[in-house]
Amino acid sequence: MEAKFFQKTYHELTNITKATCTLKAKGVGNEEMAFVEGRPAQVVKIVGDFITLQVFSGTEGLSTKSEVIFSGEPPTLNVGDHLTGRFFNSFGEPIDGYPVVGGKKVTIGGPSVNPVRRVQPNQLITTGIAGIDLNNTLVSGQKIPFFADPDQPYNEVLAMIALRAKVDKIILGGMGLTWDDYLFFRNSFEQDYGQSKIIGFINTTEDSPVERLLVPDMALTAAEYFAYEKNEKVLVLLTDMTLYASALSIVSNRMDQIPSKDSMPGSLYSDLARLYEKAVQFPDGGNITILAVTTLSGGDITHAIPDNTGYITEGQLFLRRASEINKVIIDPFRSLSRLKQLVIGKSTRSDHPSVMNAAIRLYADAANSRTKLENGFELTDYDRRVLKFSDEYSKDILAIDVNLEIDQMLDKTWSLFQTFFTKDEVGIKQEFVDIYWKK
Amino acid sequence: MENNNYTCTGEITSIIANLVMVKANGSLKQNEICYFDHEGQKIMGEVIKTDGNNAYIQVFESTRRFKVGTKALFTGVMLEAYLGPGLLAKNFDGLQNDLDKMEGVFLKRGERSFPLENDKEWAFKPIARAGDLVYAGDWLGEVDEMGIPHKIMVPFKFKGKYIVVEVMPAGNYYINDTIAVLKNEKGENVNATMVQTWPVKIPIKSYVDKIRPSELFETGVRVIDTLNPILEGGTGFIPGPFGSGKTVLQHALAKQAVAEIVIIAACGERANEVVEIFTEFPELEDPRTGRKLTERTSIIANTSNMPVAAREASVYTAMTIAEYYRAMGLRTLLLADSTSRWAQALREMSNRLEELPGPDAYPMDLQAIISNYYSRAGQVLMRNGKKGSVTFIGTVSPAGGNLLEPVTEATKKVARCFFALSQERADSKRYPAIDPLDSYSKYLEYPEFAEYSKKNIGEEWIEEINFARGALTRGREVYEQINILGDDGVPVDYHVMFWKSELIDFVFLQQNAFDEIDANTSVERQKYMLEMVNKIVKSGFTFEKFEEVGDFFKRVIYIIQQINYSEYQSEKFHRLETELQQVINQKVNA
Repeated sequence: MEAKFFQKTYHELTNITKATCTLKAKGVGNEEMAFVEGRPAQVVKIVGDFITLQVFSGTEGLSTKSEVIFSGEPPTLNVGDHLTGRFFNSFGEPIDGYPVVGGKKVTIGGPSVNPVRRVQPNQLITTGIAGIDLNNTLVSGQKIPFFADPDQPYNEVLAMIALRAKVDKIILGGMGLTWDDYLFFRNSFEQDYGQSKIIGFINTTEDSPVERLLVPDMALTAAEYFAYEKNEKVLVLLTDMTLYASALSIVSNRMDQIPSKDSMPGSLYSDLARLYEKAVQFPDGGNITILAVTTLSGGDITHAIPDNTGYITEGQLFLRRASEINKVIIDPFRSLSRLKQLVIGKSTRSDHPSVMNAAIRLYADAANSRTKLENGFELTDYDRRVLKFSDEYSKDILAIDVNLEIDQMLDKTWSLFQTFFTKDEVGIKQEFVDIYWKK
Repeated sequence: MENNNYTCTGEITSIIANLVMVKANGSLKQNEICYFDHEGQKIMGEVIKTDGNNAYIQVFESTRRFKVGTKALFTGVMLEAYLGPGLLAKNFDGLQNDLDKMEGVFLKRGERSFPLENDKEWAFKPIARAGDLVYAGDWLGEVDEMGIPHKIMVPFKFKGKYIVVEVMPAGNYYINDTIAVLKNEKGENVNATMVQTWPVKIPIKSYVDKIRPSELFETGVRVIDTLNPILEGGTGFIPGPFGSGKTVLQHALAKQAVAEIVIIAACGERANEVVEIFTEFPELEDPRTGRKLTERTSIIANTSNMPVAAREASVYTAMTIAEYYRAMGLRTLLLADSTSRWAQALREMSNRLEELPGPDAYPMDLQAIISNYYSRAGQVLMRNGKKGSVTFIGTVSPAGGNLLEPVTEATKKVARCFFALSQERADSKRYPAIDPLDSYSKYLEYPEFAEYSKKNIGEEWIEEINFARGALTRGREVYEQINILGDDGVPVDYHVMFWKSELIDFVFLQQNAFDEIDANTSVERQKYMLEMVNKIVKSGFTFEKFEEVGDFFKRVIYIIQQINYSEYQSEKFHRLETELQQVINQKVNA
């Protein structure tokens, strides 16, 4: 950024660390943006006349005589319909080769919605994937992450859901994406939608990690514009939030803060909640739904990042390769959509909750029988039947490449019940058995 | 909340996130409230440390664009709650702003709203008479607040003895009208209105005595009321990993408990969960009074995206309101979800103050802060011989589901009931996921409760509970044996023992929170059920092969579950009862 004639420039840095620099300046506001030798930076601490700046792209090569200009305002994004179909970097600058655009300037990370003005989420979002629609139904205004190991196809699943979901806008916040994954998203969205609904804010592994701290706020600020001002249904995809949290820990470390669990800052919960809570159903019909990815290390969900995330989000989805059918499924035991109660049996058929619970219970019995089998114990007739049931259930219903309507999923499950079990074993309320148990 | 009499002023010298340092030009008071004059708004903060004339202030809202030199105005008073008629059916933030009165969809920085109504008339009836000797907390009169006899009391801040000079006659009054004139020990007349303020961090102690709990506090949740009962004025906590059903359980308690007043502190949790309460409570009825649930409820919502510092204030605001209703002789339930978020707010601030950290970077005095808070609950005896209570149940969100982390450990030392939510039970959809054996209620050992239960529930009640616990323990032990030795490696009797414990689990411990009837069980029905189940467990059964055991008990479980879904003592209920008896008769030993 060039210095404008009225702007005061500073030329004396008193302290430079890997991610921050400090200088003497007056009249500077907290969280204001600045430019150090043209590199974007933000005010993170003010002690008397000494201002500490977090330099997003790193401080490599800065000198104590580097030029510093303050912008006078916190980070902003120019919002407007022109965002549609475009890809931007962490600062909201285009990276797709097309020109810079105008629009209304808004500060990112704006205020929270008054909880009494929120409307209870009530609209079903269907994806065609039974692991979601049948067992962990998504509701607009919900926030839910995939807990996935780094080798699982989470970005593919995310893209697939985004393309099938019936929404007005899809906003991708990519943090630490590999360039290949960025292109994957661009290509898959381009093919299916002609880019009309897609907006991307992308930080790739080629950029500085600290920059990605701005990505979710950029994506959610754009989402708020479309959902609140245009009453649209917006789906925000955030991948990968673990890399976002790592960037937080880098910054807090450089600021000499005392780390809490797993070297994460003590404020991790609040930092993540501030973002995820942007998911909302507005009174005028617009809504923001957040689907995120949190990668795990070695499947450990007790690590501070997935743990805090789990307490914030409305459930979580686990991907698992089911060895018996050799396909990826959404794990029915560990996955949970907390908001599903708001739609299942209401927006869907009334037997949905009972069928879902009975199938999962039988699937759990199958897991016990499998343990027995693996330990070399003799199987009962019931063991053999639940095992057969669980294979069919995984293959025909749960596998993520199966694309069904919810009624079809329910009918298929009933037919599996009837093939393998007696009514007592299934244990569903008589009123449903009367209707769906074929005579 | 604001007045224009500031004790002193100052200017900002440093800003680190929401911790701000101010150089003040006068005397400072620990925990006093101050305001920052920022871009035409007054932003609120609390003094948490002083060093000479430097004040360290935690700001309750964002400090974005604060500058060195921004003016601070000190009030000299601590954070106070407004207490008076009109608190029920309200939704407040952590600082007691009435959220419904705030304009717009988004919360604006610096916006505040008065928690009560200045222009609403209340039908006042006098209780005290001229010449009465009164102390702080004594009842002067009452108004009808949503069907609750809301007592107007001698303000808690009034110290010493007072003589009632005059109480206004029955009639309609505004909250700020004088409803009584009292004479203090110096012979001066002071006026009392229907509204008073009280610093939230200080307990209201207008009572004569705190009593040892003895009466069951009914929640309708069987695994609590029967196996791990909480008593009126008692304390309990629910720790559990995410997804184990903490919030569903808290909502069930808020709906079903026998309380006359329910205060919910949604502290640093999901906004959509509060929205659920906002949406459902106006629709649902309290089965005991027929009034809407909203009318007995007050919600303090400081959700996770709202300012962190106000989270700490929110739990104290909620407790103060609960204590206020207790002083009226009411049975009050306070629910806080979750106290871990409050502890985290303390941690963030302690970190910014660069205090030496305790375990997991929490402040060293965490234990003391938590015990002080829990100790504010209890059943109390007032000067007029009436009793009131605050029963407190908090949730804890242990990091990584590890119950040895500092917040859980500190809470375990003070709370008398421990409702352990188990991930394993949640995974197998056994709800409520309270582990019957890991959980405990210290109240089961109270002789006061033994006496109460003999008189009010059943002569053998404690024995029945212990019998069921014993059967569950044996069931768990034989289950491990079966897993090691295999189904046919153990005697058939082992399978019977295992399935008897499964029977207790499936028909008694598990409850379908989404079934209208099964969700809420009266103590009378719980007694009937426990005796019925225990009778089956005590019976001897003969089976040829182990496969038959599971089949038989699944049949029994299925029938009893249908009974659970039926209206108590209804025709369907009795028909199923007969069917059950027939099934049992086929297998039971003579």
